[in-house]
Amino acid sequence: MASLRDVQTKIGAVKKTKQITKAMNMVASAKLRNAQSRIERFKPYAKKFDEMLGDLASGADESVHPLLAKREQKKTIGIVVVTSDRGLCGSFNANIIKESLKLARAKKAEGLDVKFFCVGKRGRDAIVKSGFEVVVQYRDVMAHFDFSLASKLGNELINGFLDGTLDEVVLCYGEFVNMIKQLPVMQEILPISREAKAEVVAGSGKDYIYEPSVEGLLAELLPRYVKVQVYRGMLDTSASEHAARMTSMENATHSCNDLINSLTLLYNKTRQAAITTDLMDIVSGAEALKG
Amino acid sequence: MSNKLLLEIVTPDHKVLSQDVDYVGAPGALGEFGVLPSHIPFLSALGIGNLYYKDDGHTHYVFVSGGFAEVTPDKVIVLAEAAEKAADIDIERARHAQERAQQRLARAQEKVDYARAQAALRRSIARLNCRNSGEKAGTC
Repeated sequence: MASLRDVQTKIGAVKKTKQITKAMNMVASAKLRNAQSRIERFKPYAKKFDEMLGDLASGADESVHPLLAKREQKKTIGIVVVTSDRGLCGSFNANIIKESLKLARAKKAEGLDVKFFCVGKRGRDAIVKSGFEVVVQYRDVMAHFDFSLASKLGNELINGFLDGTLDEVVLCYGEFVNMIKQLPVMQEILPISREAKAEVVAGSGKDYIYEPSVEGLLAELLPRYVKVQVYRGMLDTSASEHAARMTSMENATHSCNDLINSLTLLYNKTRQAAITTDLMDIVSGAEALKG
Repeated sequence: MSNKLLLEIVTPDHKVLSQDVDYVGAPGALGEFGVLPSHIPFLSALGIGNLYYKDDGHTHYVFVSGGFAEVTPDKVIVLAEAAEKAADIDIERARHAQERAQQRLARAQEKVDYARAQAALRRSIARLNCRNSGEKAGTC
């Protein structure tokens, strides 16, 4: 049986762990609020952008711009994996990594080369371990990133696509559905697909004057569309990460409470048992003296 | 308010401006253009430079880069990768950026680096110009 002191130390340790998980929960909730407000601020831009592209793209077909063209012969696929830099957020990162590796293996079985672009340390570490090639990696960026990072990564993808080293690009990130639900999502971002266009095609239908020209504007807008998608993935992953951490830290705090309760029970039982034995000793000693 | 225009400037990170104004001048890809209320619908790419608007006789300046403008009869919507009001421009940072870009231009061997440095230089110069114009107009 555990000694009283042992149980007491253990209770102390669990209490300290609880303090930490509680603090992490609060930090995560503050950061989540921040991330959510960033998504809110990004929304007007994304909405306007979609409308503008919708107005333009409704008339355009695949031949207008190389970023729209689907390739018959595919050799290489790029997978962009956006994960968090830190762990302790449940199965959030593991889910994203699992999905992207599944895709990578499927594509490899089809005979394609797979190249990984990693944002976030967790994803990068797991993918390096799995033996796939990581071409570009951004680590320790999720704490403070802005559009320029998405822009940089977007440019690398676009350049790769245009010079033929990439024939297809898929973005994999954790979509923020709500506080308790974060889903790993796959999205084809290059070539820019018909479906993506159909989504935004509901433009206002006004007759615009275009400057420089429809083609010229598309050439400016389409690369930016890729960047907007990447940025959206990063924002979503960041919000999802904090939400996932909040939930898992809350669960951890609950588990600590349970543990403290059962340990306290054990402590009291042990104490009582000790007192009973002591009493027994004293009483039997007194009885013996009486003769 | 038929004789006013709503000017909105949004970047991916935040909404820079949303205000009723009298006139908007913007650095279009093919040269500057001006917009008064009741303008015909118009969609243009923007270059790097200063956008300005007039409101109650004051001229305000805003730095924009990598953007698009959508003009409708009662609205001007600007989507930019970066946009800053003249008053918010960090002069020190812009100066440093200018020096850095100049040094890089002098060294750059590859075409890509050269183009990038040149763009950075143009942005820093435009920022400084914007701030100067704003100070001259007394609006920052």
